[in-house]
Amino acid sequence: MIAILRRKLPLAGRAGLPLWLILLMVSSPGPADDTAPGRTLAQQAVQEYEAWITADHADMEILQQEFTSGPEVTQACLSCHTLAAKQFHKTIHWTWLDPNADPSERIGKAGITLNNFCISIISNWPRCTSCHAGYGWKDASFDFSDETKVDCLVCHEQTSTYKKFPTGAGHPVSKPTVFKGNGKTFNPPDWNLVAQSVARPTRQNCGNCHFRGGGGDAVKHGDLDSSLEHPDMVLDVHMGEDGKNFDCIRCHSTTAHKVAGRAYSTPAAPDRRSLLEDDELPRIMCESCHSATPHVSGSKANDHTDKVACQSCHIPTFARVIPTKMNWDWSTAGRKKEGKGVIEKGPTGKPSYHFKKGDFVWEKSVVPEYYWYNGAMQTLTAEDTIDPTRVVAINMPQGSKAEPNARIYPFKVHRGRQGYDVVNKTLLIPHLVGKKGTAAYWGSWDWNRAFTSGMEQAGLPFSGEFDWVETKYHYPTTHMVAPKENVVGCSECHSPEGRLADLSGFYMPGRDSYRLVDIIGLLMVIGSLLAVIVHGLGRLFSRNGQGG
Amino acid sequence: MANGQMKNTYVFSRYERLWHWLQTLAILALLCTGFQVKGLFNLIGFEKAVKLHNTIGLGWLIAFAFFVFWIFTTGEWKQYIPTSKKMAAVVRYYLRGIFKGEPHPVPRSKDSKHNPLQRLTYLLLALLLLPIQMVSGFLYWSYNNWEAWGLTWLNLSVVSIVHLVCAFAILSFLITHVYMVTTGHKVSAHMRAMVTGWEEIESDTEVEEWEKKRT
Repeated sequence: MIAILRRKLPLAGRAGLPLWLILLMVSSPGPADDTAPGRTLAQQAVQEYEAWITADHADMEILQQEFTSGPEVTQACLSCHTLAAKQFHKTIHWTWLDPNADPSERIGKAGITLNNFCISIISNWPRCTSCHAGYGWKDASFDFSDETKVDCLVCHEQTSTYKKFPTGAGHPVSKPTVFKGNGKTFNPPDWNLVAQSVARPTRQNCGNCHFRGGGGDAVKHGDLDSSLEHPDMVLDVHMGEDGKNFDCIRCHSTTAHKVAGRAYSTPAAPDRRSLLEDDELPRIMCESCHSATPHVSGSKANDHTDKVACQSCHIPTFARVIPTKMNWDWSTAGRKKEGKGVIEKGPTGKPSYHFKKGDFVWEKSVVPEYYWYNGAMQTLTAEDTIDPTRVVAINMPQGSKAEPNARIYPFKVHRGRQGYDVVNKTLLIPHLVGKKGTAAYWGSWDWNRAFTSGMEQAGLPFSGEFDWVETKYHYPTTHMVAPKENVVGCSECHSPEGRLADLSGFYMPGRDSYRLVDIIGLLMVIGSLLAVIVHGLGRLFSRNGQGG
Repeated sequence: MANGQMKNTYVFSRYERLWHWLQTLAILALLCTGFQVKGLFNLIGFEKAVKLHNTIGLGWLIAFAFFVFWIFTTGEWKQYIPTSKKMAAVVRYYLRGIFKGEPHPVPRSKDSKHNPLQRLTYLLLALLLLPIQMVSGFLYWSYNNWEAWGLTWLNLSVVSIVHLVCAFAILSFLITHVYMVTTGHKVSAHMRAMVTGWEEIESDTEVEEWEKKRT
């Protein structure tokens, strides 16, 4: 019977009137097809892609000269690519500032926005700027207009041998040097080899920094780590080497060195359109290739796409291969035993305590947290007043159910404890990186000096009184898209204690119920049962019950 | 029990019985899947329950249209016209007489299947409870079309509450109804009627004029 009823539309056809009714009301009574149209669309769009070139950089004499530093290579690059540095200077990869925010607000990691990892790059430049695509940003005096300071190689070289030294302000070493942080030896690059290898950026290039943000592999994002250098399709259906083997720039489409995809105060993609509507769109949204109704016609999933982001169902968990940092408590840093800093390993194999940084919690295969998100993030700065009695959201996804562009979206929420100014009620910028004898925490082991130095270099006031406050930081989760077999099941959200238990303000079947209604209903049912039982017993023990 | 002779009478036609049992199945399945969706218990899971509930619900809606067609073309609708006549007697019977072995004040016949209490109950069911349940269910199912249909003033939680309260009411009816089946002159008499169509009815029962189906 069910099989017949499933084909409700043909059946309805014989009923005449109801067919009209149903046809009027069902918007897409298309033919049944097992292949999701969104998948077919996207697969058509990415067939046989091969980036073709007309020049072999190994043949170029200018790249065969003797180089001794990065800027010399850049000069060689710019001798042909005369606009490249000018283009790059305008991008967020160079400025580290939100291009859409008022410059006086200093929104961006080069400004006074913060996180709850190493808090701020201000006063810590040489370490943090090892991930700047530039050379020599070692303090506030860095010249952002100097074209030769652009690091072309870190994004374009293809030998995987080009390494910037962790505390080298973006420079590689000129002689073999051991990085004390992890005991690894860094070698000077073979400049000719790396310069002649240049091509379009691969996952490896982007991953140099984006997989290792926060000072190590898998620390920051949760959905971006070195497991994506050679992923399989189970980890990421798009990047899987056994599948389409996408590079990052396959979706992060790039124009004049501007890579699509960064979301600060404005969404990475302002509207929801597909390439069918505009072939010059950045391919940054799932919908760009998959359309807004990608699932099999008539499936309930298509009804969800207006309010639920694709990522919410298609990324069941993040950090599925390598654990990611979920909690960082700076307040416990500084513990030493017999003059030596304490380091403890946690259950995941990653450190659970480090005397330089405090306590950590790492987790693997983490279920995201969900928020309404319109693509914009509101960011706290070191100037903003906080309420230290509550968990301080250092950044916060923007959007609400009422906004047509906002959808329920998954996030990694990194929690922590960090210093704040008890008098001024602001978060504090600590000066962390520095040698013995400096004010840096890792040299002086004195938080007061570290905060004083950090805030001074940021040009911000510090009362001299600090305490610790709990904070959280939100990362949109959009990578590590799982195969369709592994999507989040309906009941993982449509249940009282499900993934969306904390999202309020709307009724959701299976999740929400009204106690009063339930009580009335159950009383009604129990009342009927009691009534018939009493009536039945009455009959049983009276004449009627004795067989009439 | 009765003083009169019993006569085997054909009460329920084939379509009526088919419809009755089809509707029984649909209601049982809808109750089970519906309460599963609500999370009252977990037997087949949310997703399967939603799909089954939607399919069966829509199927029932379509079948119900056939029933409405049947009831009007055959004139059977007249058996649902409510009356206050003998209502008190029927209520009194179920409250007292039944325990003393008194005969039913309004016995069943082919032309008058429903006693006054049944008339009222089934009318409320067919005219109010089931339609409200179908409409609220259809609206619930078509939630994503509300904007296109200009129904944005509707509220999903209100629709769901209406649907749920009606479901509880239908379940209560079901319990009572199943029990009432056993109140024939024999415990199995009413059941036999709805299965085979035939029921033993007192032969000397006079169908009073007001009860008769006017054809």
